[in-house]
Amino acid sequence: MSNDAAFVEFQRVQKSYDGEILVVKDLNLSLPKGEFLTMLGPSGSGKTTCLMMLAGFETATHGEIMLDGRPINNIPPHKRGIGMVFQNYALFPHMTVAENLSFPLEVRKIGKSEREEKVKRALDMVQMGAFGSRRPAQLSGGQQQRIALARALVFEPELVLMDEPLGALDKQLREHMQFEITRLAHELGITTVYVTHDQTEALTMSDRVAVFDDGRIQQLAPPDLLYEEPENSFVAQFIGENNTLEGVVKSIDGDSCVVTLDDGSEIDAKPVNVSAAGERTKVSIRPERVEFNKDRLHADAHTLKATVKEFIYMGDVFRFRLSVAGNDDFIIKTRNAPDAVRLSPGQEVEIGWLAHDCRALDA
Amino acid sequence: MTDATQSGPMLAADGTPLKKSLARSLRRRKLRALALIAPLLLFVLLSFVIPIVSMLFRSVENGIVAETLPLTVVELKNWDAESGELPDEALYAAFTKDMVVAIDEKTHTRLGSRLNYEQTGMSSMFRRSGRQIKKLDPETDGPFKDKLIDIHDGWGDIETWRTIKTHAVPITNGYFLNAIDMRRTPEGAQAQPEDKQILIKLFGRTLMMSLIITASCILLAYPVSYLLATLPMRVSNLLMILVLLPFWTSLLVRTSAWKVMLQQQGVINETLVWLGLVADDARLVIINNQFGTIIAMTHILLPFMILPMYSVMQTIPPSYTRAAKSMGATNWTTFWRIYFPQSIPGIGAGSILVFILAIGYYITPEIVGGTKGVFISNRIAYHISSSLNWGLAAALGTILLAVVLLLYWCYDKIVGIDNVKLG
Ligand SMILES: Nc1ncnc2c1ncn2[C@@H]1O[C@H](COP(=O)(O)OP(=O)(O)OP(=O)(O)O)[C@@H](O)[C@H]1O
Ligand SMILES: [Mg+2]
Repeated sequence: MSNDAAFVEFQRVQKSYDGEILVVKDLNLSLPKGEFLTMLGPSGSGKTTCLMMLAGFETATHGEIMLDGRPINNIPPHKRGIGMVFQNYALFPHMTVAENLSFPLEVRKIGKSEREEKVKRALDMVQMGAFGSRRPAQLSGGQQQRIALARALVFEPELVLMDEPLGALDKQLREHMQFEITRLAHELGITTVYVTHDQTEALTMSDRVAVFDDGRIQQLAPPDLLYEEPENSFVAQFIGENNTLEGVVKSIDGDSCVVTLDDGSEIDAKPVNVSAAGERTKVSIRPERVEFNKDRLHADAHTLKATVKEFIYMGDVFRFRLSVAGNDDFIIKTRNAPDAVRLSPGQEVEIGWLAHDCRALDA
Repeated sequence: MTDATQSGPMLAADGTPLKKSLARSLRRRKLRALALIAPLLLFVLLSFVIPIVSMLFRSVENGIVAETLPLTVVELKNWDAESGELPDEALYAAFTKDMVVAIDEKTHTRLGSRLNYEQTGMSSMFRRSGRQIKKLDPETDGPFKDKLIDIHDGWGDIETWRTIKTHAVPITNGYFLNAIDMRRTPEGAQAQPEDKQILIKLFGRTLMMSLIITASCILLAYPVSYLLATLPMRVSNLLMILVLLPFWTSLLVRTSAWKVMLQQQGVINETLVWLGLVADDARLVIINNQFGTIIAMTHILLPFMILPMYSVMQTIPPSYTRAAKSMGATNWTTFWRIYFPQSIPGIGAGSILVFILAIGYYITPEIVGGTKGVFISNRIAYHISSSLNWGLAAALGTILLAVVLLLYWCYDKIVGIDNVKLG
């Protein structure tokens, strides 16, 4: 899918609006042609700012942004050839849907017949062929969304930027559109930068996800790696459900280590962000990787005593809230299988996990 | 519906039919709402509807001749104005009878003034004859024809009687004919003499200058509104204060300030002469003419253009222009194809406001307009306060109102009144 040369590249980019606070701090990012990259992060982490710099509506305070090997900072926005889907759609209210779509073609001085054909094809692509003569105000939110998408794609840009395009849609439509967008992006081979703060959206749609926080990329990885192998405790907390226990590294042995928790009990973990005994650490374990069936653990695995606080029936899974080593919000999930055990509140259990499922991260 | 069994109409809790009790509760609510707006309604009625209706009425009402000279009017019906002969003795007798009563009630001078609008000299004729006609006894002193002609030879002029006959009708189109430079004669409507034809020209000038003022307001207000809508809050607030500042000074002061600026010994001329751009003996004449009126009124009406424009532009999100640019449009295309069309409702609202204000403007043209730069409203004011020809003033006002309504209608047809937004 990707040839190795970077299509879009941020080199040591910094951005400050007011000269006092850096909104984007030292951003390095490169994505090959055809990749679907999602920027994910909490509100105010600088995602939109990055997108605006790439589109040319903000200039980087420092650093270089390259598009297809050329520095982009000095090209005016209208010459960059970047399709953009705005958070609020930004469909021109005084034009019909078809006029909206033909606008980017008109400014490119494409002939009338070709224009009409392209508009029709773009409308069909988002299954809105019958709506060409309507005004944006006469469309539902989801339909407007699809038109915005078609408009960003109709002039066949090589790069498309989307800023929380599905933010306003209901769950069902949103899932449908997620599928639609990824399908189109892959079919047309478009390089896409997608911004969201919905982690499910990020995980399901992207080739790679860049997790933003505090103006930096905390981790840039494919969704599965991001979920299973978070590199720091922010990412571990931010992506999916996660249990955190705090303690001190007791000993490290290759790719497993023993951590002494604050209440004195010991557990096995995989050292990720720790390098020596004595360092403080947060260990992170996913709820579905916790075992309370001793048979499935190593004979010499460490286990913890836990008290069941709550049982929540969620249909396909059971969810338990436990008190473990002073943490009252320790979550366990098990699949609702025929042999699944239902723990009841007040019950004492012993829990453990495989060392490589539990990651010792930065404190 | 008559039998109230189970299948009958729905009943409210107290047994009355539901529809009835619903209607009653709705009526009570409506009455309360009406009571709340009653003072305003009354105010609007008294201060807006009634004056307009009375103006419309005054522009055609003409009872004065028939009321003051009831017997004469009856006799005049028998007189043929085309005959070229004076009326007979019967009419003079009737006239004397009427006049004696009128002089007693002191209404004959009012009639004189009224007829003076139609034929100059009538006013003094009525006033002067009054004293002597008073001495006549309508029962015994006849015949009156020669006596009256002795008193004032105007009574022996056929024109006098023709004028009285022409304007004896209680509802007249005379004022409207006057308003469009025509007059009512026994032979029907005719054009006024050349030298009296000024009103149509004045209407045309008023419309033309209002259009020029509206256009220059658009040109000046658009960039300012754009800045107001796009600059950061702090700067735009300051700018807004500057725009509103003129509102806080009296209209009279502002207009007078223009007088200081524009007159021949004024600031602008002095500066130009000092710079050597204009010779001392060729100072620009930029006041007491149309130019002065246009400059001063554009300045005074500018805020009425800026405010609606600004409030519309403020609602245009910057993401539209960004979207257009990201699709490859240049700055100009973005402005012309995306921004401008969305700002049109503001232009429309501002233009209607400024144009309608301008067309009826009075103070500023009066002060800086001289004779060439006055508007029709100055003429109306003249007829109301100086010549006291209220009927003509009312007819002019009615025509002005009709013109505004007509233009409004045209605007609605062409642009669509739904496209006008004040925010
Ligand atoms: N025009 C601006 N002027 C000054 N500060 C700004 C401006 N735009 C954004 N910021 C600041 O920059 C930071 C990052 O903003 P940005 O819009 O990039 O966040 P984001 O990651 O897109 O957040 P969200 O998910 O809420 O959209 C925020 O702290 C914001 O206050
Ligand atoms: Mg954002």
